[in-house]
Amino acid sequence: MALLSFQNVGIRFGSREIIHHFSAEIEEGEFIGIFGPNGVGKSTLMRAILGLCPIQKGSIDLFGENPGKMNRFIGYLPQSQSLLGTTTLSARALVAAVHHGEQWGVPWLSSKDSYQVERALELSEARDYADIPFSLLSGGEKKRVMLAQALIDEPKLLILDEPLASLDPKNQMLLVQRIRDIQEETGLTILFIAHDVNPLLGAMTRVMYMAEGNVALGSTQEIITNESLSALYGMNIHVLRAEGRVFIVNAESNIDETTCSHV
Amino acid sequence: MMHYLSYDFVQNALIAGSIAAALGAVVGYFVIIRNVGFAAHALAHIGFTGATGAILFGLTPLQGMLVMSSLAGATMGISGNRFHRSELAIGMVLSISLGLGTLFLSLYQGFAGEATAILFGNIFGVSHTQVMETVLLSTLSLLLLALFSRRLLFVSIQPDLAESRGLSLTFLSTAFMIILAISVALVSQVVGTLLVFTLLIGPAGIATRLSHTFWRTILLSLFIGIVSVWSGILLACFTNQPPSFWITSILFCLYILTELKVKLFESV
Repeated sequence: MALLSFQNVGIRFGSREIIHHFSAEIEEGEFIGIFGPNGVGKSTLMRAILGLCPIQKGSIDLFGENPGKMNRFIGYLPQSQSLLGTTTLSARALVAAVHHGEQWGVPWLSSKDSYQVERALELSEARDYADIPFSLLSGGEKKRVMLAQALIDEPKLLILDEPLASLDPKNQMLLVQRIRDIQEETGLTILFIAHDVNPLLGAMTRVMYMAEGNVALGSTQEIITNESLSALYGMNIHVLRAEGRVFIVNAESNIDETTCSHV
Repeated sequence: MMHYLSYDFVQNALIAGSIAAALGAVVGYFVIIRNVGFAAHALAHIGFTGATGAILFGLTPLQGMLVMSSLAGATMGISGNRFHRSELAIGMVLSISLGLGTLFLSLYQGFAGEATAILFGNIFGVSHTQVMETVLLSTLSLLLLALFSRRLLFVSIQPDLAESRGLSLTFLSTAFMIILAISVALVSQVVGTLLVFTLLIGPAGIATRLSHTFWRTILLSLFIGIVSVWSGILLACFTNQPPSFWITSILFCLYILTELKVKLFESV
Protein backbone atom coordinates (compact mmCIF):
# COMPACT_ATOMS: atom_id res chain seq x y z
CA MET A 1 0.00 0.00 0.00
CA ALA A 2 1.23 3.50 -0.87
CA LEU A 3 2.18 5.75 2.05
CA LEU A 4 0.38 8.69 0.46
CA SER A 5 -2.16 8.63 -2.35
CA PHE A 6 -4.13 11.31 -4.16
CA GLN A 7 -7.37 10.30 -5.97
CA ASN A 8 -8.74 12.96 -8.36
CA VAL A 9 -7.89 15.69 -5.86
CA GLY A 10 -9.16 19.20 -6.58
CA ILE A 11 -8.31 22.13 -4.29
CA ARG A 12 -9.60 25.71 -4.25
CA PHE A 13 -8.17 28.57 -2.23
CA GLY A 14 -10.90 31.21 -1.96
CA SER A 15 -12.15 31.75 -5.50
CA ARG A 16 -8.94 30.45 -7.08
CA GLU A 17 -8.59 26.89 -8.25
CA ILE A 18 -5.20 25.66 -7.02
CA ILE A 19 -5.37 22.11 -8.39
CA HIS A 20 -7.86 20.97 -11.09
CA HIS A 21 -7.46 17.24 -10.53
CA PHE A 22 -4.52 15.20 -9.42
CA SER A 23 -4.00 11.48 -8.88
CA ALA A 24 -0.76 9.89 -7.78
CA GLU A 25 0.81 7.57 -5.25
CA ILE A 26 3.92 8.10 -3.16
CA GLU A 27 5.71 5.10 -1.74
CA GLU A 28 7.55 4.74 1.55
CA GLY A 29 11.16 5.93 1.44
CA GLU A 30 10.72 8.28 -1.53
CA PHE A 31 12.30 11.74 -1.72
CA ILE A 32 9.94 13.97 -3.68
CA GLY A 33 11.09 17.45 -4.74
CA ILE A 34 8.13 19.80 -5.21
CA PHE A 35 8.53 22.80 -7.50
CA GLY A 36 6.50 25.47 -9.22
CA PRO A 37 6.12 29.24 -9.44
CA ASN A 38 5.32 31.35 -6.37
CA GLY A 39 1.67 31.18 -5.33
CA VAL A 40 0.93 28.03 -7.34
CA GLY A 41 -0.28 26.18 -4.24
CA LYS A 42 2.65 24.02 -3.14
CA SER A 43 2.20 24.94 0.54
CA THR A 44 -1.59 24.63 0.20
CA LEU A 45 -1.19 21.06 -1.08
CA MET A 46 1.04 20.27 1.91
CA ARG A 47 -1.56 21.78 4.26
CA ALA A 48 -4.19 19.60 2.57
CA ILE A 49 -2.04 16.54 3.32
CA LEU A 50 -1.92 17.69 6.96
CA GLY A 51 -5.70 18.12 6.99
CA LEU A 52 -5.42 21.87 7.55
CA CYS A 53 -6.90 22.84 4.19
CA PRO A 54 -10.11 21.25 2.85
CA ILE A 55 -10.13 19.59 -0.55
CA GLN A 56 -13.08 20.24 -2.84
CA LYS A 57 -13.09 16.91 -4.64
CA GLY A 58 -11.39 13.55 -4.57
CA SER A 59 -9.54 12.15 -1.59
CA ILE A 60 -6.12 12.02 0.03
CA ASP A 61 -5.08 8.89 1.92
CA LEU A 62 -2.16 9.01 4.31
CA PHE A 63 -1.15 5.73 5.97
CA GLY A 64 -4.59 4.51 4.79
CA GLU A 65 -6.44 7.25 6.72
CA ASN A 66 -7.96 10.64 5.93
CA PRO A 67 -5.69 13.71 6.31
CA GLY A 68 -5.30 14.99 9.85
CA LYS A 69 -5.76 11.61 11.57
CA MET A 70 -2.16 10.42 11.34
CA ASN A 71 -0.34 13.72 11.80
CA ARG A 72 1.64 12.36 14.74
CA PHE A 73 3.62 10.45 12.12
CA ILE A 74 4.37 13.62 10.14
CA GLY A 75 7.30 15.94 10.77
CA TYR A 76 6.62 19.41 9.37
CA LEU A 77 9.03 22.25 8.81
CA PRO A 78 6.79 25.23 7.94
CA GLN A 79 7.83 28.00 5.58
CA SER A 80 7.22 30.72 8.15
CA GLN A 81 9.59 31.16 11.09
CA SER A 82 6.72 32.96 12.82
CA LEU A 83 7.70 34.09 16.32
CA LEU A 84 10.87 32.02 16.32
CA GLY A 85 12.87 34.87 14.82
CA THR A 86 12.82 37.01 17.95
CA THR A 87 12.85 34.33 20.64
CA THR A 88 15.60 34.27 23.23
CA LEU A 89 15.04 30.58 23.95
CA SER A 90 17.97 28.35 23.15
CA ALA A 91 17.85 25.93 20.24
CA ARG A 92 17.64 22.99 22.67
CA ALA A 93 14.71 24.60 24.54
CA LEU A 94 12.90 25.22 21.25
CA VAL A 95 13.25 21.60 20.19
CA ALA A 96 12.16 20.42 23.65
CA ALA A 97 9.13 22.74 23.51
CA VAL A 98 7.63 21.00 20.49
CA HIS A 99 8.26 17.48 21.83
CA HIS A 100 4.79 16.16 22.73
CA GLY A 101 3.77 19.82 22.64
CA GLU A 102 0.15 18.81 22.01
CA GLN A 103 -0.15 17.26 25.48
CA TRP A 104 -1.80 18.96 28.47
CA GLY A 105 0.14 20.08 31.52
CA VAL A 106 3.45 21.82 32.04
CA PRO A 107 6.36 21.41 29.60
CA TRP A 108 8.31 18.97 31.75
CA LEU A 109 10.67 16.51 30.05
CA SER A 110 11.45 13.00 31.29
CA SER A 111 14.94 11.59 30.80
CA LYS A 112 13.60 9.67 27.79
CA ASP A 113 12.23 12.93 26.35
CA SER A 114 15.58 14.63 26.90
CA TYR A 115 17.29 11.77 25.10
CA GLN A 116 14.98 12.26 22.13
CA VAL A 117 15.72 15.99 22.08
CA GLU A 118 19.45 15.22 21.94
CA ARG A 119 18.86 12.62 19.24
CA ALA A 120 16.93 15.13 17.06
CA LEU A 121 19.64 17.76 17.56
CA GLU A 122 22.27 15.18 16.66
CA LEU A 123 20.40 14.06 13.54
CA SER A 124 20.15 17.64 12.28
CA GLU A 125 23.74 18.35 13.41
CA ALA A 126 22.62 21.24 15.61
CA ARG A 127 24.11 20.11 18.93
CA ASP A 128 27.16 22.40 18.74
CA TYR A 129 25.01 25.51 19.08
CA ALA A 130 22.07 24.03 20.99
CA ASP A 131 22.54 26.32 24.01
CA ILE A 132 22.75 29.56 22.04
CA PRO A 133 19.60 31.72 21.79
CA PHE A 134 17.83 31.04 18.49
CA SER A 135 17.79 34.74 17.55
CA LEU A 136 21.61 34.79 17.54
CA LEU A 137 22.01 31.85 15.14
CA SER A 138 22.83 32.14 11.43
CA GLY A 139 20.22 31.34 8.77
CA GLY A 140 21.68 27.88 8.16
CA GLU A 141 21.83 27.08 11.88
CA LYS A 142 18.23 28.19 12.35
CA LYS A 143 17.10 25.81 9.62
CA ARG A 144 18.93 22.94 11.36
CA VAL A 145 17.10 23.72 14.59
CA MET A 146 13.75 23.82 12.77
CA LEU A 147 14.69 20.51 11.14
CA ALA A 148 15.33 19.06 14.60
CA GLN A 149 11.87 20.28 15.66
CA ALA A 150 10.36 18.44 12.69
CA LEU A 151 12.30 15.27 13.53
CA ILE A 152 11.75 15.19 17.29
CA ASP A 153 8.71 12.88 17.37
CA GLU A 154 10.34 10.34 15.02
CA PRO A 155 8.05 10.92 12.01
CA LYS A 156 7.51 8.55 9.09
CA LEU A 157 6.83 11.38 6.66
CA LEU A 158 8.78 14.65 6.62
CA ILE A 159 7.25 17.71 4.94
CA LEU A 160 9.77 20.48 4.37
CA ASP A 161 8.34 23.77 3.09
CA GLU A 162 11.11 25.79 1.44
CA PRO A 163 13.87 25.04 3.95
CA LEU A 164 16.44 26.32 1.47
CA ALA A 165 14.92 29.82 1.25
CA SER A 166 17.42 32.58 2.10
CA LEU A 167 20.34 30.14 2.38
CA ASP A 168 23.54 30.57 0.36
CA PRO A 169 24.44 27.81 -2.16
CA LYS A 170 26.93 26.16 0.19
CA ASN A 171 24.46 25.97 3.07
CA GLN A 172 21.75 24.77 0.67
CA MET A 173 24.00 21.92 -0.42
CA LEU A 174 24.97 21.02 3.16
CA LEU A 175 21.36 21.00 4.35
CA VAL A 176 20.16 18.82 1.45
CA GLN A 177 23.03 16.42 2.09
CA ARG A 178 22.12 16.21 5.78
CA ILE A 179 18.47 15.54 4.99
CA ARG A 180 19.53 12.87 2.48
CA ASP A 181 21.74 11.26 5.18
CA ILE A 182 18.88 11.36 7.69
CA GLN A 183 16.63 9.66 5.17
CA GLU A 184 19.18 6.90 4.59
CA GLU A 185 19.55 6.43 8.34
CA THR A 186 15.84 6.44 9.23
CA GLY A 187 14.02 5.41 6.04
CA LEU A 188 11.84 8.55 6.10
CA THR A 189 9.62 9.58 3.21
CA ILE A 190 10.31 13.19 2.29
CA LEU A 191 8.25 15.87 0.54
CA PHE A 192 10.62 18.78 -0.08
CA ILE A 193 9.33 22.09 -1.46
CA ALA A 194 12.04 24.19 -3.07
CA HIS A 195 12.34 27.12 -5.42
CA ASP A 196 15.41 25.81 -7.23
CA VAL A 197 15.58 22.27 -8.56
CA ASN A 198 19.40 22.17 -8.75
CA PRO A 199 20.31 21.62 -5.07
CA LEU A 200 17.97 18.58 -5.02
CA LEU A 201 19.06 16.94 -8.29
CA GLY A 202 21.15 14.22 -6.65
CA ALA A 203 18.73 13.55 -3.80
CA MET A 204 15.28 13.22 -5.37
CA THR A 205 13.69 9.95 -6.37
CA ARG A 206 10.91 11.84 -8.19
CA VAL A 207 9.84 15.39 -9.03
CA MET A 208 6.42 16.93 -8.45
CA TYR A 209 5.92 20.01 -10.60
CA MET A 210 2.93 22.33 -10.17
CA ALA A 211 1.82 25.06 -12.58
CA GLU A 212 -1.50 26.61 -13.68
CA GLY A 213 -3.58 24.19 -11.60
CA ASN A 214 -1.83 21.16 -13.11
CA VAL A 215 0.42 18.75 -11.25
CA ALA A 216 2.91 16.32 -12.78
CA LEU A 217 4.80 13.65 -10.85
CA GLY A 218 7.60 11.59 -12.31
CA SER A 219 11.34 11.22 -12.63
CA THR A 220 13.49 14.27 -13.33
CA GLN A 221 14.02 13.05 -16.89
CA GLU A 222 10.26 12.75 -17.42
CA ILE A 223 9.12 16.01 -15.83
CA ILE A 224 11.92 18.53 -16.39
CA THR A 225 11.56 18.51 -20.17
CA ASN A 226 10.38 21.02 -22.77
CA GLU A 227 7.27 18.98 -23.54
CA SER A 228 6.20 18.22 -19.99
CA LEU A 229 6.70 21.74 -18.61
CA SER A 230 5.16 23.36 -21.72
CA ALA A 231 2.06 21.19 -21.20
CA LEU A 232 1.92 22.13 -17.49
CA TYR A 233 2.28 25.86 -18.06
CA GLY A 234 0.21 25.91 -21.26
CA MET A 235 2.98 27.85 -22.97
CA ASN A 236 6.29 27.20 -24.68
CA ILE A 237 8.95 26.36 -22.06
CA HIS A 238 12.57 25.53 -22.74
CA VAL A 239 14.70 23.44 -20.41
CA LEU A 240 18.39 24.19 -20.71
CA ARG A 241 21.09 22.00 -19.19
CA ALA A 242 24.62 23.26 -18.64
CA GLU A 243 27.44 22.06 -16.38
CA GLY A 244 25.16 19.65 -14.54
CA ARG A 245 22.60 22.37 -13.78
CA VAL A 246 19.10 22.90 -15.11
CA PHE A 247 17.58 26.22 -16.21
CA ILE A 248 13.98 26.68 -17.23
CA VAL A 249 13.23 29.51 -19.62
CA ASN A 250 10.00 30.94 -20.96
CA ALA A 251 10.59 30.61 -24.69
CA GLU A 252 7.80 33.03 -25.60
CA SER A 253 9.46 36.06 -24.07
CA ASN A 254 12.64 37.05 -22.34
CA ILE A 255 13.52 35.24 -19.15
CA ASP A 256 10.38 35.39 -17.07
CA GLU A 257 10.74 35.54 -13.32
CA THR A 258 7.66 33.52 -12.54
CA THR A 259 8.56 30.66 -14.78
CA CYS A 260 12.29 30.40 -14.61
CA SER A 261 13.87 31.97 -11.60
CA HIS A 262 13.35 28.85 -9.54
CA VAL A 263 15.42 26.63 -11.80
CA MET B 1 11.86 46.99 59.87
CA MET B 2 10.09 44.30 61.88
CA HIS B 3 7.53 46.67 63.33
CA TYR B 4 6.34 47.58 59.81
CA LEU B 5 5.62 43.89 59.21
CA SER B 6 3.26 43.83 62.18
CA TYR B 7 0.86 46.28 60.51
CA ASP B 8 -2.14 44.67 58.80
CA PHE B 9 -1.98 46.96 55.77
CA VAL B 10 1.70 46.07 55.21
CA GLN B 11 0.98 42.36 55.54
CA ASN B 12 -1.92 42.65 53.11
CA ALA B 13 0.29 44.59 50.72
CA LEU B 14 3.05 41.97 50.88
CA ILE B 15 0.65 39.06 50.32
CA ALA B 16 -1.31 40.72 47.50
CA GLY B 17 1.90 42.08 45.98
CA SER B 18 3.66 38.70 46.07
CA ILE B 19 0.73 36.91 44.47
CA ALA B 20 0.31 39.58 41.78
CA ALA B 21 4.07 39.57 41.14
CA ALA B 22 4.08 35.78 40.78
CA LEU B 23 1.15 35.88 38.39
CA GLY B 24 2.70 38.74 36.40
CA ALA B 25 6.04 36.94 36.23
CA VAL B 26 4.58 33.74 34.77
CA VAL B 27 1.93 35.28 32.50
CA GLY B 28 4.46 37.94 31.45
CA TYR B 29 6.77 35.24 30.13
CA PHE B 30 4.08 34.17 27.66
CA VAL B 31 3.31 37.81 26.82
CA ILE B 32 6.92 38.19 25.75
CA ILE B 33 7.26 34.99 23.74
CA ARG B 34 3.87 35.61 22.09
CA ASN B 35 4.82 39.22 21.38
CA VAL B 36 1.53 40.67 22.70
CA GLY B 37 2.94 43.40 24.95
CA PHE B 38 0.83 46.14 23.40
CA ALA B 39 -2.33 44.06 23.83
CA ALA B 40 -1.44 43.62 27.52
CA HIS B 41 -0.96 47.37 27.86
CA ALA B 42 -4.30 48.00 26.16
CA LEU B 43 -6.09 45.53 28.42
CA ALA B 44 -4.92 47.50 31.45
CA HIS B 45 -6.43 50.71 30.10
CA ILE B 46 -9.59 48.92 29.05
CA GLY B 47 -9.72 47.59 32.60
CA PHE B 48 -9.51 51.17 33.88
CA THR B 49 -12.68 51.97 31.95
CA GLY B 50 -14.29 48.92 33.54
CA ALA B 51 -13.25 50.14 36.98
CA THR B 52 -14.64 53.64 36.43
CA GLY B 53 -17.87 52.26 34.95
CA ALA B 54 -18.30 49.67 37.70
CA ILE B 55 -19.73 52.14 40.18
CA LEU B 56 -22.54 52.98 37.76
CA PHE B 57 -23.53 49.31 37.66
CA GLY B 58 -23.14 48.64 41.39
CA LEU B 59 -19.90 46.66 41.05
CA THR B 60 -16.54 47.08 42.79
CA PRO B 61 -13.69 48.58 40.69
CA LEU B 62 -11.90 45.19 40.63
CA GLN B 63 -15.05 43.44 39.41
CA GLY B 64 -15.51 46.13 36.73
CA MET B 65 -11.90 45.72 35.62
CA LEU B 66 -12.19 41.94 35.50
CA VAL B 67 -15.41 42.03 33.44
CA MET B 68 -14.26 44.67 30.95
CA SER B 69 -10.71 43.43 30.40
CA SER B 70 -11.82 39.76 30.21
CA LEU B 71 -14.39 40.65 27.54
CA ALA B 72 -11.76 42.59 25.61
CA GLY B 73 -9.20 39.78 26.06
CA ALA B 74 -11.66 37.15 24.82
CA THR B 75 -12.51 39.31 21.80
CA MET B 76 -8.83 39.75 21.00
CA GLY B 77 -8.23 36.00 21.32
CA ILE B 78 -11.20 34.99 19.18
CA SER B 79 -10.37 37.51 16.45
CA GLY B 80 -6.87 36.03 16.25
CA ASN B 81 -3.49 37.45 15.30
CA ARG B 82 -5.01 39.99 12.95
CA PHE B 83 -6.39 41.87 15.94
CA HIS B 84 -4.23 41.37 19.00
CA ARG B 85 -1.01 41.95 17.11
CA SER B 86 -2.45 44.86 15.11
CA GLU B 87 -1.23 48.13 16.59
CA LEU B 88 -3.85 50.13 14.70
CA ALA B 89 -6.82 48.03 15.87
CA ILE B 90 -5.61 47.94 19.47
CA GLY B 91 -4.80 51.65 19.41
CA MET B 92 -8.32 52.49 18.27
CA VAL B 93 -9.98 50.26 20.90
CA LEU B 94 -7.66 51.75 23.51
CA SER B 95 -8.73 55.26 22.51
CA ILE B 96 -12.46 54.59 22.73
CA SER B 97 -11.97 52.77 26.04
CA LEU B 98 -10.19 55.71 27.59
CA GLY B 99 -12.84 58.01 26.11
CA LEU B 100 -15.52 55.94 27.83
CA GLY B 101 -13.45 56.03 31.02
CA THR B 102 -13.52 59.84 31.05
CA LEU B 103 -17.26 59.76 30.38
CA PHE B 104 -17.84 57.46 33.36
CA LEU B 105 -15.65 59.70 35.53
CA SER B 106 -17.63 62.78 34.55
CA LEU B 107 -20.90 60.97 35.30
CA TYR B 108 -19.73 60.17 38.83
CA GLN B 109 -17.43 62.90 40.10
CA GLY B 110 -16.95 61.33 43.53
CA PHE B 111 -14.94 58.54 41.96
CA ALA B 112 -11.96 60.78 41.03
CA GLY B 113 -9.87 59.85 44.08
CA GLU B 114 -10.39 56.14 43.57
CA ALA B 115 -9.62 56.55 39.86
CA THR B 116 -6.19 57.95 40.75
CA ALA B 117 -5.59 54.90 42.95
CA ILE B 118 -6.54 52.61 40.06
CA LEU B 119 -4.25 54.47 37.66
CA PHE B 120 -1.19 54.56 39.91
CA GLY B 121 -1.90 51.70 42.30
CA ASN B 122 -2.55 51.72 46.03
CA ILE B 123 -1.12 48.54 47.44
CA PHE B 124 -1.38 49.83 51.03
CA GLY B 125 -5.10 50.31 50.50
CA VAL B 126 -5.72 46.65 49.66
CA SER B 127 -8.27 45.17 52.06
CA HIS B 128 -8.33 41.65 53.46
CA THR B 129 -11.23 40.82 51.12
CA GLN B 130 -9.22 42.05 48.13
CA VAL B 131 -6.26 39.94 49.27
CA MET B 132 -8.50 36.88 49.33
CA GLU B 133 -9.88 37.77 45.88
CA THR B 134 -6.34 38.19 44.56
CA VAL B 135 -5.16 34.89 46.05
CA LEU B 136 -8.18 33.01 44.70
CA LEU B 137 -8.12 34.46 41.19
CA SER B 138 -4.35 34.28 40.86
CA THR B 139 -4.27 30.64 41.98
CA LEU B 140 -7.07 29.82 39.55
CA SER B 141 -5.30 31.63 36.70
CA LEU B 142 -1.96 29.94 37.43
CA LEU B 143 -3.60 26.51 37.63
CA LEU B 144 -5.36 27.08 34.31
CA LEU B 145 -2.13 28.29 32.75
CA ALA B 146 -0.29 25.25 34.11
CA LEU B 147 -2.96 23.01 32.59
CA PHE B 148 -2.26 24.17 29.06
CA SER B 149 1.20 25.77 29.35
CA ARG B 150 2.79 22.99 27.28
CA ARG B 151 0.32 23.60 24.46
CA LEU B 152 0.61 27.37 24.80
CA LEU B 153 4.40 27.23 24.57
CA PHE B 154 4.11 25.02 21.47
CA VAL B 155 1.64 27.29 19.63
CA SER B 156 3.61 30.36 20.69
CA ILE B 157 6.86 29.24 19.08
CA GLN B 158 5.65 27.08 16.18
CA PRO B 159 1.97 27.80 15.42
CA ASP B 160 1.98 26.04 12.03
CA LEU B 161 3.52 22.90 13.46
CA ALA B 162 1.18 23.02 16.47
CA GLU B 163 -1.85 23.36 14.19
CA SER B 164 -0.69 20.32 12.24
CA ARG B 165 -0.77 18.35 15.52
CA GLY B 166 -4.42 19.26 16.00
CA LEU B 167 -4.11 22.20 18.41
CA SER B 168 -6.65 25.02 18.05
CA LEU B 169 -4.78 28.31 17.79
CA THR B 170 -7.97 30.30 18.42
CA PHE B 171 -8.92 28.37 21.57
CA LEU B 172 -5.46 28.64 23.10
CA SER B 173 -5.13 32.28 22.12
CA THR B 174 -8.53 33.11 23.65
CA ALA B 175 -7.83 31.19 26.85
CA PHE B 176 -4.49 32.94 27.22
CA MET B 177 -5.93 36.41 26.56
CA ILE B 178 -8.59 35.86 29.26
CA ILE B 179 -5.90 34.80 31.76
CA LEU B 180 -3.87 37.82 30.69
CA ALA B 181 -6.89 40.08 31.28
CA ILE B 182 -7.40 38.66 34.79
CA SER B 183 -3.69 39.07 35.51
CA VAL B 184 -3.76 42.65 34.28
CA ALA B 185 -6.66 43.45 36.62
CA LEU B 186 -4.92 41.87 39.62
CA VAL B 187 -1.51 43.39 38.89
CA SER B 188 -3.21 46.78 38.47
CA GLN B 189 -4.20 46.65 42.13
CA VAL B 190 -0.51 46.68 43.07
CA VAL B 191 1.05 49.13 40.64
CA GLY B 192 -1.95 50.71 38.89
CA THR B 193 -3.15 50.38 35.33
CA LEU B 194 -0.58 52.84 34.03
CA LEU B 195 2.24 50.72 35.42
CA VAL B 196 1.02 47.23 34.64
CA PHE B 197 4.02 46.75 32.39
CA THR B 198 6.17 46.96 35.51
CA LEU B 199 5.18 43.54 36.80
CA LEU B 200 3.91 41.97 33.62
CA ILE B 201 6.84 42.74 31.36
CA GLY B 202 9.68 43.79 33.68
CA PRO B 203 10.56 40.57 35.54
CA ALA B 204 9.86 38.26 32.58
CA GLY B 205 11.66 40.58 30.16
CA ILE B 206 14.78 40.73 32.33
CA ALA B 207 14.66 36.97 32.88
CA THR B 208 14.48 36.21 29.14
CA ARG B 209 17.62 38.33 28.63
CA LEU B 210 19.51 36.30 31.23
CA SER B 211 18.19 32.77 30.74
CA HIS B 212 17.40 30.75 27.62
CA THR B 213 15.44 27.76 28.90
CA PHE B 214 11.76 27.66 29.87
CA TRP B 215 11.98 26.64 33.53
CA ARG B 216 15.03 28.71 34.43
CA THR B 217 13.42 31.78 32.87
CA ILE B 218 10.14 31.24 34.72
CA LEU B 219 11.92 30.76 38.08
CA LEU B 220 14.16 33.78 37.53
CA SER B 221 11.16 35.87 36.51
CA LEU B 222 9.32 34.81 39.69
CA PHE B 223 12.33 35.65 41.84
CA ILE B 224 12.81 39.09 40.25
CA GLY B 225 9.09 39.92 40.47
CA ILE B 226 8.63 38.95 44.12
CA VAL B 227 11.90 40.49 45.32
CA SER B 228 11.08 43.75 43.50
CA VAL B 229 7.62 43.98 45.07
CA TRP B 230 8.87 43.20 48.60
CA SER B 231 11.74 45.66 48.25
CA GLY B 232 9.43 48.31 46.83
CA ILE B 233 6.87 47.92 49.63
CA LEU B 234 9.51 48.00 52.39
CA LEU B 235 11.31 50.97 50.85
CA ALA B 236 7.95 52.76 50.67
CA CYS B 237 7.49 52.12 54.40
CA PHE B 238 10.91 53.64 55.18
CA THR B 239 10.75 56.61 52.82
CA ASN B 240 7.03 57.38 52.64
CA GLN B 241 7.27 57.41 48.85
CA PRO B 242 4.73 55.42 46.76
CA PRO B 243 5.54 51.69 46.42
CA SER B 244 4.79 51.89 42.69
CA PHE B 245 7.67 54.33 42.33
CA TRP B 246 10.07 52.01 44.15
CA ILE B 247 8.95 48.87 42.31
CA THR B 248 9.31 50.52 38.90
CA SER B 249 12.67 52.04 39.91
CA ILE B 250 14.07 48.72 41.13
CA LEU B 251 13.00 46.94 37.96
CA PHE B 252 14.35 49.72 35.77
CA CYS B 253 17.74 49.52 37.50
CA LEU B 254 17.74 45.73 37.10
CA TYR B 255 16.91 46.15 33.43
CA ILE B 256 19.81 48.58 32.89
CA LEU B 257 22.22 46.25 34.72
CA THR B 258 20.97 43.30 32.67
CA GLU B 259 21.46 45.14 29.39
CA LEU B 260 24.97 46.15 30.45
CA LYS B 261 25.78 42.56 31.38
CA VAL B 262 24.41 41.22 28.09
CA LYS B 263 26.27 43.85 26.04
CA LEU B 264 29.48 43.15 27.97
CA PHE B 265 29.07 39.41 27.39
CA GLU B 266 28.37 39.90 23.68
CA SER B 267 31.42 42.13 23.21
CA VAL B 268 33.80 39.62 24.86
